[in-house]
Amino acid sequence: MLDPIKRRAGLSALAAAALLALTACGGGSVSEQTEANEEQAAAAGGDCGEFNILVHPWVGYTADAYVVGHVAEEELGCTVNYVELKEGGPSYQALASGDGDVILEEWSHQAELEAAVADGTAVDLGSMGAVGIIGWYVPGWLAEEHPEVLNWENLNDFADEFRTSESGNQGQFLGSDPTYTQYDEAIIKNLGLNFKVVFSGGETATVEAFEKAQKNKEWLLGYFWEPHYIHAEIPFARVELPPYEEGCDKNKAEVDCDYAETELKKVASKEFMDSGSPAASLVEKWTLSNEDQNQIAAYITADGMSPEDAAAKWVEDNPDKVEAWLG
Amino acid sequence: MATATVARPVEPGAAPPPPPEPRRVPRWVWALVVLGLWILVWSFTRGDDTLFVSGTEQTDLHERITDIADGLGGSAITGVIADGINAIVETLQGLISTPEAPRPAPQIGWLGVVAIATWVGYAVASWRIALLVAASFVSFGLFGFWEDSMDLLIVTLVSVFFAVLIGFPVAIAIGLSRTASRIVTPVLDLLQTMPTFVYLMFVFILFGIGAPNAVVCTVAYALPPIVRIAGFGIRDVSPAAIEATDSLGQTTWQRLWKVQVPMARRTIILGLNQTILAALSIAIIAGYVNGPGLGKPVLSALTQNNFGAGLVPGLLIVVMGIMLDRTTTAASERSERVARGGGEDPRRRRIVLGSLLVPVAVAVWYSRYAIDAAVFPSNDLASSVASRANDWMESITSALDGPSGAFKDAVTYGLLNPLQSLLAESPWWLAYAGLLALSLVVGGLRALVPAVVGLTGIYLLDLWNDTMVVLNMTIVATALVMVLALVFGVWMARSRRVDLIVRPTLDAGQTIPAFVYLIPVLALFGPTRFTAIVAGIIYAAPAAIKLVADGVRGVGETVVEAGRSTGSTTWQEITKVQLPMAKGSLVLATNQGLLYVLAMVVIGGLVGAGALGYDVVYALAHADYAGKGAAAGFSIVLLGILIDRVMRAAADRAGPGR
Repeated sequence: MLDPIKRRAGLSALAAAALLALTACGGGSVSEQTEANEEQAAAAGGDCGEFNILVHPWVGYTADAYVVGHVAEEELGCTVNYVELKEGGPSYQALASGDGDVILEEWSHQAELEAAVADGTAVDLGSMGAVGIIGWYVPGWLAEEHPEVLNWENLNDFADEFRTSESGNQGQFLGSDPTYTQYDEAIIKNLGLNFKVVFSGGETATVEAFEKAQKNKEWLLGYFWEPHYIHAEIPFARVELPPYEEGCDKNKAEVDCDYAETELKKVASKEFMDSGSPAASLVEKWTLSNEDQNQIAAYITADGMSPEDAAAKWVEDNPDKVEAWLG
Repeated sequence: MATATVARPVEPGAAPPPPPEPRRVPRWVWALVVLGLWILVWSFTRGDDTLFVSGTEQTDLHERITDIADGLGGSAITGVIADGINAIVETLQGLISTPEAPRPAPQIGWLGVVAIATWVGYAVASWRIALLVAASFVSFGLFGFWEDSMDLLIVTLVSVFFAVLIGFPVAIAIGLSRTASRIVTPVLDLLQTMPTFVYLMFVFILFGIGAPNAVVCTVAYALPPIVRIAGFGIRDVSPAAIEATDSLGQTTWQRLWKVQVPMARRTIILGLNQTILAALSIAIIAGYVNGPGLGKPVLSALTQNNFGAGLVPGLLIVVMGIMLDRTTTAASERSERVARGGGEDPRRRRIVLGSLLVPVAVAVWYSRYAIDAAVFPSNDLASSVASRANDWMESITSALDGPSGAFKDAVTYGLLNPLQSLLAESPWWLAYAGLLALSLVVGGLRALVPAVVGLTGIYLLDLWNDTMVVLNMTIVATALVMVLALVFGVWMARSRRVDLIVRPTLDAGQTIPAFVYLIPVLALFGPTRFTAIVAGIIYAAPAAIKLVADGVRGVGETVVEAGRSTGSTTWQEITKVQLPMAKGSLVLATNQGLLYVLAMVVIGGLVGAGALGYDVVYALAHADYAGKGAAAGFSIVLLGILIDRVMRAAADRAGPGR
């Protein structure tokens, strides 16, 4: 046991050393930085305050969120919070409760959206610029070596090849994250395909599976979508299903056609849009194309940049696009 | 072919070589008879009445539960509670984690927080702990996760505060009254086995998102340890002490506060310690509903498929766990010493602590003044660690790519598929009868009531087929866990050096959040049931290995010596002496293995295992499926309680192994 006096001496010495080390660093004072922040906010056109962007769990969305957030922070002086949630129910509740201000990329959830618009908690702001293409995809090598699989009518001939340890006697169809819009079970049943849907459970699992299939030349058929950063890294090919026609996906149990191309939407809380925040006008004017989103997403995943850095780099490289959002 | 492999996984639980029990047919023979009959009937009825419900279907019952849940939504009381929690958490965040614009830093900068925490570590424990606390806090900043770490600390401490506030009176109640204990125990079982995702869903309906949700979930999950352990401690106070003081004519109240609680102090603090660790273990899940803390960076690394980026915050959660664990343990030891009148002069100590407040105050002041003491200077330590971890992982996964696939296929085709075909493709009544009979064989008559209640409950919840798929994965994973436990447990028990090397690895496996290692496991095995099984094994094996090691070591040296003197080989010594004598520990290890594996079921739903885990995750995103998610959660609970009760009955029959 050490004598308490010695202990005290040891601790004080530690604290003193830490203090000295820091003083040596120099650096500014907190109040100087506070003033600088105030000036920046004032220069950016006054009072933006807090801006809560809902972030759903896929990288493309992360790209949307941090680009908008970066511009709101730098140009409008907002305090941006990134509120990470699963899409669907949780997000719309956050819009209603004020925990979130905007959804930047809504794929479907028509029921939740309509209900929220009807009870006056949310506003549908229309297209966010990108188009969502959901569909059945195979890895590039397979499309090259067996182009027949790209037509759904031939799929049953190859069901054996697509069989895995998870799919029993049938071919495997790799479903995705439970929270995404999917009705592959119905499509398979209604087209009489000898396939079984095995759910990967998440985007990570699906991406790993396609990367592995391309690398090892494995047979794989699954649910995938654009825009997605992985298209920049490995080739994909889309399988042709009976073309989408208006209303063919109305009854979820009877779908026998391809997914509709989805106009991805912006949705905001009513209260936020009425608040007169400069961020509200930014969100109204903001759009992002599939290519741009893929580019930012690739900075994050392929180049390993942080979302903040990726957004900053893209904003710097595309001043004219950013200008249009602020005008 | 199928018949031969199917019998295998039951062996570890049911048939460690039985000691000679004359007059009776050994239990494993009965187990084989049951299996044989089951397979026989199965071969005629396969595929009938399997009660299969696809991922997007739900039954009337599920819709009714959804309606009830909707009716619960957002009442005035939950709104007040949510606002209250938000106010508390936001105040604390403003103080030490989240800057309020335009201020660039929270009210107290990092240096001030480190100084305060270090002082607290010294005050409650010792200078060693103070150093550990200081080093841990500095590492949070050094790796660039200061704000998330402080958020996690805030949510954990607020939750633990409420858990103690609610839990301590309950602990006293069950400590004093057997009836209270009998009523509370099933509730605690429910709280502990209910998958955390199911909490999230219901708490989300009631309390919305963010900090209130995180705190309510954490309190519910962290409550059982303090209630159980503290209650046990109070009940366990020696009757002699109580009688001696009763003779002085004390009231019940005096007895409680002057005798029972002080004498149980050490156990109560152990309960607190377990509560804190339980609270930390739910941290990541809370990130799914924007709960503040280190869970958020771990989850976003998972979406970005970036192993290294998730590893760093994942390890920081481990650091925080070690820090809080060691601090509370040391604090309990200190309080024990002080209570016995040991330790130093209290007046002198007060002066020392008081004078140490001066440097703390200086640090706090300085952290409000200088920017470098307020905001942790940024560096690229975290990103360089992350990219090195990624390179390392990539080289390992590509080296193992071929063998891992072969191993996965061997287990899947050899074990998983045949057994699943028996469990999930049997008519429900056949599987019901078979499982009931096996429970009786394993656990005896005492297993009858839990088995009937559990199986009937699962049947009534309308997810029979999915539950059988989960049971199958659980059995296979546990069988693999027990193979590892036997190999490593015996090895560790026989060699101190191996124990010293392996034990820290096991501790890490137990505390590191599963979401961190999902990425490499996925890279190796793809989205399959096997991936879920591997995740379950990583989580469950450490506990089972430790239990086996301790059990085998507990076998008396004299017994082993006696065996040696008769000239038995090492193999004989292990199989004929050490393992049979440690039978109780083996059963206990199997039980823990099963429950730990079951706890990973929902995580399995995220990596391709489907079934109940998928149902829960699906329900989290689709409000109109809440009832199905809840039914899935309760099915997991029933399965867990069933397994636990049957195995406990088996352990009692096996006799005290240690």
